Amino acid sequence: MSTRVASRLPSSVTPWRELILGVGKAIPILLGYVPIGIAYGVLAREAGLDLFAVMAMSVMVFAGASQFIAAGMFGAAAGGWSIVVTTLLVNLRHLLFSSSLAPRMARFSTRTLALIGTGITDETFAVASAEPAAQPHHPWFYYGLNLTAYAGWNLGSFLGAVLGPLLQRVADLPLDFALAAMFIYLLVIQVAGRALAATAVLAGVLSVVFAAGLHTKWNVVLAALIAATIGAGWEHWTKRSG
Amino acid sequence: MDKTFWIIFGMAVVTYLPRALPILVLSKIRLPEAFVRWLGFVPASVLAALLGPELLLDKDQMAVGLDNYKLLAALPCFWVAVKTKNMVLTILLGLAVATVLYLWT
Repeated sequence: MSTRVASRLPSSVTPWRELILGVGKAIPILLGYVPIGIAYGVLAREAGLDLFAVMAMSVMVFAGASQFIAAGMFGAAAGGWSIVVTTLLVNLRHLLFSSSLAPRMARFSTRTLALIGTGITDETFAVASAEPAAQPHHPWFYYGLNLTAYAGWNLGSFLGAVLGPLLQRVADLPLDFALAAMFIYLLVIQVAGRALAATAVLAGVLSVVFAAGLHTKWNVVLAALIAATIGAGWEHWTKRSG
Repeated sequence: MDKTFWIIFGMAVVTYLPRALPILVLSKIRLPEAFVRWLGFVPASVLAALLGPELLLDKDQMAVGLDNYKLLAALPCFWVAVKTKNMVLTILLGLAVATVLYLWT
């Protein structure tokens, strides 16, 4: 355990407490990931992947949307390279999340960062970025957060893959709405002030337009980039002139 | 190892790099203040960009009607989140409303 990092943080910040805190913050993610993982496991088995392949993907890739798409492509006997390139495109949005988290992790060692990097998902990013930036967390906060989410995803995948046919009714229930509800909460607490509120509305509308109008999987990245740039520019400009 | 494994291994590599490279590189250098302020707008933008299609679209088609249980369930979620700022309450309410509406519609 790195005492070097701990010594620069307030004495109340101990690895153990931070781990517990991180695990606690990930409970809603866990609740969302288990049912979605089950749905993935069921679908991937139906697409013809064996238990080992279903779990290898959850253990090594750990990225929901791209795993659903890949399972479908395996089922349609798509080529290996097209599966890999599609996965890259779907998961490029993590670049944005990782960049956004970087300023909070300036004191972490390269090895710590390489480990935290394995667990960045839409949901862990959303929770981590909702933490006040002024109170830096110990690496173990991120380990707790990421590992809990990871455990939920793999548990769900395993249950889905093993019990597939029996669980179809459970996987059918809209339990994944837990994640949408969590996003709503996180968005609400993120939006402090008019500039952020307008930016969020713009991002939501653009994302819908790009997805429905242009049928592009880039809708989230494009909408977020454009809206954040307009929002930050607008705030900068109005503050200067006002 | 069979071909499927190596495809999954390739997926793992191309997924890990965009996750890890920015924090590995950007956390080591001092970022321009304008960029840091821009990054402050990213989380809300990303969340809204993820939520918009999730709530308003069904298979890339606009679905703004009473048969869209996700959109209907989202309304009380927003309300409770604004009023209580309580994550657990927001999620439990969302799950309850979504399940009832889903089974009903």
